Amino acid sequence: MAQSANISRELPVSFTPQQIKQLEHESKRENRGRSWYKFSRNPMSVVGLVMVVALVLLAIFAPVVTPYPRHAGPFTDFPHAKLVPNLQYLFGTDQIGRDILTRIVFGLRSSLLMGVMVLVIVVPPGVLLGLVAGYFQGTWIDTVIMRITDIFLAVPALILALAIASVLEPNLWNGMIAVSLMWWPWYTRLVYGVASQLRNEYFVTAAEVTGASTAHILFREILPNTVSPILTKMSLDIAWVIIIGAMLSFVGLGVQPPEPSLGTMVSDGARYLPDQWWIAIFPALAIVVVVLGFNLLGDGVRDMFASEEV
Amino acid sequence: MSVSRFLARRLLYSIFVLLGLSVVIFIIARIMPGDPARMAVGARAPQWVVDRLREQMHLNSSLPVQYFYWLRDALRGDFGMSLVTQRSVTNDIKEFLPASLELVFFAAVLAAVGGIGLGVISARYKDTWIDNVVRIFSYTGVVMPSFVFAIIFVLLFGWLLNWFPVIGRLSEQTAAPPLVTGLMTVDSLIAGRPDAFVDALRHLILPALALAMGSMAQEARITRSSMADNLNKDYIASARALGIPERDVMGRFLLKPSLIPTVSILGLDIAAMLSIAFLVELIFNWPGIARYGMSAMLHKDLNAISAVILVLGAGFIVVNIIVDITVARLDPRIRMRAARSE
Repeated sequence: MAQSANISRELPVSFTPQQIKQLEHESKRENRGRSWYKFSRNPMSVVGLVMVVALVLLAIFAPVVTPYPRHAGPFTDFPHAKLVPNLQYLFGTDQIGRDILTRIVFGLRSSLLMGVMVLVIVVPPGVLLGLVAGYFQGTWIDTVIMRITDIFLAVPALILALAIASVLEPNLWNGMIAVSLMWWPWYTRLVYGVASQLRNEYFVTAAEVTGASTAHILFREILPNTVSPILTKMSLDIAWVIIIGAMLSFVGLGVQPPEPSLGTMVSDGARYLPDQWWIAIFPALAIVVVVLGFNLLGDGVRDMFASEEV
Repeated sequence: MSVSRFLARRLLYSIFVLLGLSVVIFIIARIMPGDPARMAVGARAPQWVVDRLREQMHLNSSLPVQYFYWLRDALRGDFGMSLVTQRSVTNDIKEFLPASLELVFFAAVLAAVGGIGLGVISARYKDTWIDNVVRIFSYTGVVMPSFVFAIIFVLLFGWLLNWFPVIGRLSEQTAAPPLVTGLMTVDSLIAGRPDAFVDALRHLILPALALAMGSMAQEARITRSSMADNLNKDYIASARALGIPERDVMGRFLLKPSLIPTVSILGLDIAAMLSIAFLVELIFNWPGIARYGMSAMLHKDLNAISAVILVLGAGFIVVNIIVDITVARLDPRIRMRAARSE
């Protein structure tokens, strides 16, 4: 983006500012068209996009679209407990008589929120550290940042996240914090790789000799070129974060009852296997559907940026 | 020479990472609200007992000094007492770790054999229905978390078909073999007890398979694509042109270099299995370190939590070193680079 502006400024023919604006507008539209073409070339990416949009809409409008919104809370109906899936309760009812379909749709909320929030928390500091370490490659700044990153990457993320979640009060937000603390190094390493290459490019040198500030070089020259690998990684990461979130609540360190969450529903339901199989299986399948949707979408995003990757 | 230098550097670096990890663990253990000494003796103990324990645990010193004492004890293999089991954490880990190692090792073998096998088959029969079946399997393995596999296996093979037991490491009627290595399969062989061996193996299969599925799927995918990539390279064409038998072209020229990415990813996966085992062990009631660590976490048993993470972190690092060495052995370019940089 920054580069396209530079190129148009350096063209030998003179354009009026309006014409330049017009040209930029057209090229942007063309890029959008090309991106969509690359994304939609694989029909499964479009399927993924539709799945994700549908899941997000379901989660947002959960109180409206679910048959028994009250069952999302501390609700009991023992006469209707452990009912096999039927027309009234499509996915059956759980051990205290709540509609499983309703609770799955409400459970989507915390899963999606987890996936999005962790990335929102993680990406800015992770990217910033990677930019700084990459640009100052070979200095002590690089050493300090990247060695700390190595330590975090050298341990299984799930276990440390579990440990952090366990010493904090278990709930959705602390779960997010725990996963976030383990997730930033991936972005630092990714951006570090790109930034340490770009620092030797001519456009960076050009900015340096014209006296641009470090902040300008980091954020206006280097950062725009890291956007596509970052977005690709984010789109593939969401599925992972959702799985880890489900694992946290599965072991009881995530969302706390009576708030519905897919992981908790699976672990509760696992106690009623095999006779009341539906209590565990439907939430488990819901997790698979969510992960599948985001994976397909992520593959599409990767295809979209494929040729631009550094 | 160069290999040993490479190894030495790798080991030194691992020690640095482990030290860093110990700092992180120490910080996690200290951000927890509450007084560790009070928690150790219980709410009803008189204050002077707590005070004396605080002194013993060096809790009145500054944090760096506390860290020093903690690290010194940890290096001696002393992680203190577990609040839950009321025994020394080191003993607990010695008891529970072998079960996890057995599970992860078996799962790693399944993932490697199954994944590479499937990958080779689908590369061999590229773009046929076999390839497509393997592709669908790979995608399923990638999007389905291990605990979902575990539940499906319990339902399908445990209850519906009733092929395999789904709880613990041995059936109740099978007497446990004398403890030697802690690996049930190995111990029963040492004791010369084929019945116990078969029983232990039958208990092992489902949890190991649930743990291995994701990795197996990924391995198959990577082996296939890397073989497909290498198949179009000039050296394969020239090997064929030289009239080398197709079997040798496939087995020696194509497979070996194609396994390099597979081995690197397999290593990461095995390391990840150490943590995913947390969930699989819960579902199969497997008495491993993950289940121990989980109960420690739920009871905020700090000594046990720190030790479990440190042990698993060390395991993770060891696996990574082994992978680096294996990859260097498979890939002459890495060896040459190491030699040249001398």
